[in-house]
Amino acid sequence: MSNWIKTKNNEKIDLNSIPTLEIKVLREEIIRLCKLDMRPIGFFGKDWGNNTTKLFVALADDKNGALYVSSSIFEFPASNYESLTPDIPAFHIFEREFYEDFNIKPLNHPWLKPLRKNQDNYQFFKMDGEEVHEVAVGPIHAGVIEPGHFRFMCNGETVYHLEIMLGYQHRGIENLMAQRPSNQLAESISGDSVIAYNLAYSQVMENLKGISVSNKAQLIRKLALEMERAAIHIGDLGAIAGDIAYLMGASVFGATRTLVINTMLEFSGSRFGRGLITIGGVNFDIDDEKIKRAEKTFEKVESDVKRMVKTMLKNSTVISRLEKTGTISTERAKEIGLVGMAARAAGLNLDSRFNFRDKWIDELNIEPVQIKGTGDVNARFKLRYREILQSFSIIKKIFARLRECTNEPVNCGYEALTKENSKDSFAISIVEGWRGEVVHIAMTDNKGNLTRYKIKDPSFNNWYGLALAVRNNGVSDFPLCNKSFNLSYSGNDL
Amino acid sequence: MFDTLKSRIYQGNQFIKDIRNAPMREQFRGLPLLKETNCDNCSKCLNICPTGALSLNPLKIDMGKCTFCGACKNICSRNAINFSNFYKLASTSRENLMVDERTTEELYEKTAVKVKEEITSLFSKSLKLRQVSAGGCNGCEMELNACSNVNFDMGRFGIDFVASPRHADGIVITGPITKNMAYALEDCYQAVPEPKIVILCGACAISGGIFQNSTEIDRNFLLKYPIDLYIPGCPVHPLTFINAILSYVRNKK
Repeated sequence: MSNWIKTKNNEKIDLNSIPTLEIKVLREEIIRLCKLDMRPIGFFGKDWGNNTTKLFVALADDKNGALYVSSSIFEFPASNYESLTPDIPAFHIFEREFYEDFNIKPLNHPWLKPLRKNQDNYQFFKMDGEEVHEVAVGPIHAGVIEPGHFRFMCNGETVYHLEIMLGYQHRGIENLMAQRPSNQLAESISGDSVIAYNLAYSQVMENLKGISVSNKAQLIRKLALEMERAAIHIGDLGAIAGDIAYLMGASVFGATRTLVINTMLEFSGSRFGRGLITIGGVNFDIDDEKIKRAEKTFEKVESDVKRMVKTMLKNSTVISRLEKTGTISTERAKEIGLVGMAARAAGLNLDSRFNFRDKWIDELNIEPVQIKGTGDVNARFKLRYREILQSFSIIKKIFARLRECTNEPVNCGYEALTKENSKDSFAISIVEGWRGEVVHIAMTDNKGNLTRYKIKDPSFNNWYGLALAVRNNGVSDFPLCNKSFNLSYSGNDL
Repeated sequence: MFDTLKSRIYQGNQFIKDIRNAPMREQFRGLPLLKETNCDNCSKCLNICPTGALSLNPLKIDMGKCTFCGACKNICSRNAINFSNFYKLASTSRENLMVDERTTEELYEKTAVKVKEEITSLFSKSLKLRQVSAGGCNGCEMELNACSNVNFDMGRFGIDFVASPRHADGIVITGPITKNMAYALEDCYQAVPEPKIVILCGACAISGGIFQNSTEIDRNFLLKYPIDLYIPGCPVHPLTFINAILSYVRNKK
């Protein structure tokens, strides 16, 4: 495969070893690999000097845990190419982003809607008919949540189509990241996935700097990631309960989540784990006493969650609201490139913890969650519940293992932060956060400076999935569908 | 139904009774405590601080910029910087957020929030707020939601978040205010009836925080309108937020 360079998760490659193809050849190659069950995780440009732009493409081969990278150069004024979206719909959002950032047009793209900028210049779809009406919501929503604009095209009570306009959170993070990267900035990309983002950032930088992390630090990182997953899933079970007016569930899950994040506060000084992970390891050691206390807390949390879910699912009115609401089929999920928790609930086998496995998956003997992927709110509810239990079982194993490595250092100190990056390098790090895969890609120039930092949140793929899921549902079921996905605005807008 | 009732009894009451003196875990990074005499100006902390919150000679931390990440404390070999678990960090003036060697918990609590008669007479029993996320990362938003959960139960003090700015007595801003949210924020502020208050929640809102150098933010709103309350944190802890509001709208300490 000389048209591609094969790499792995958390591996550094030489920037110059990435093949540069004619865009026509690259396009055919992408389609060929995607037909072999690969999918895009990166499709982004970089200013290549002298009026040229280089397009980088990264495809994931989930079955074999491999990544394929290639590139192509666009020379001004030749600034367009034949769109990939008609052949591989999952590219629709990647191409929109590339067009918005570099003004290189994908010809025959079916829907070249703005992604993060110029929201006001966009003409929304229109629908006509006697009972047809539009409901416009946002950017400021009724609750305390992030901003985004939703426009429902309804026929009576039924949603025909939902158009989502985002970009209100756009803070220019990719540029900030290339100018002055820091763990703290990585933590603030999406504040509900602090650990996942900071872990992806730290790993990518460790690859570029050539730093290895002690076993103990790796375990603490993994522990934090699973705690984050459990905490958010518990909170979202509560939010789903709240949206179907089952207030008992909302209260209980809310209070149970507090126990998990307060344990995180004990470990790291922050309820969301800010300041825990750093390049070279973690900032805080976890001693035996803390482990004992946490074990006791988690035992209670696990039994409380089990108890509440059991009580909740005995209730027929709960079931009737969850089942067959906001359904997305397996075929459709695959077609549009859904990832993470939402994809698994729709029957796709996508979990980067297992697809791009590290040594701990085998060493700790961790099994993926099996669930009947019906793709509705019910499936996402049950999957979240199963993943909470899975996370606690992983946490137990990590605690047992942590006790064995007491005397290891947990970080590499100040030197790790200031160590120079290797020159002309390219590295990808994928971390399965609670929402799905968080992808960070970094590049350095011939002096070792970061020149491009690309971030992909799972929400980037999944927002369109939400739009499709609410079709033919009652407009009043939207909050429920929305909460079952719980996508990130800030992760999408960057 | 009986199962639901059983669950209710099993759960009991979980609210924090005395929220103004609620205990905080010792690991929480709250008010910075500085020891000028220990500082040898090595400036490692300056280099590592992601938001430029620190300054030397004299040693100071601007809580309006600080993300409370603790990196400076970890790097300092001479123990000049510490974070206490004191969480009542809010202040009615921007200058007050500047912490130096003299700052102690007692002193800060006494001087930080200046209570105004016109505010307490209007809002001490009921304060409805409209929250606007203007580029916030969802950290502050999640903590503000947590203020209303069964543990913190902010509603019992008459403080609530409402859906419409028309029903609100003020707005709470989170995030550095992105260009794309600037007009919506302004619209929202205009829609709140007089008299109204503006609360800045979190390092991003107060100073731009970690995003202060971004070209995609537009903070002109803050130059146009008066700010009533600054609540530092990254994100703001629910206890910090609730205590901030209580000390601002209620007279007695």
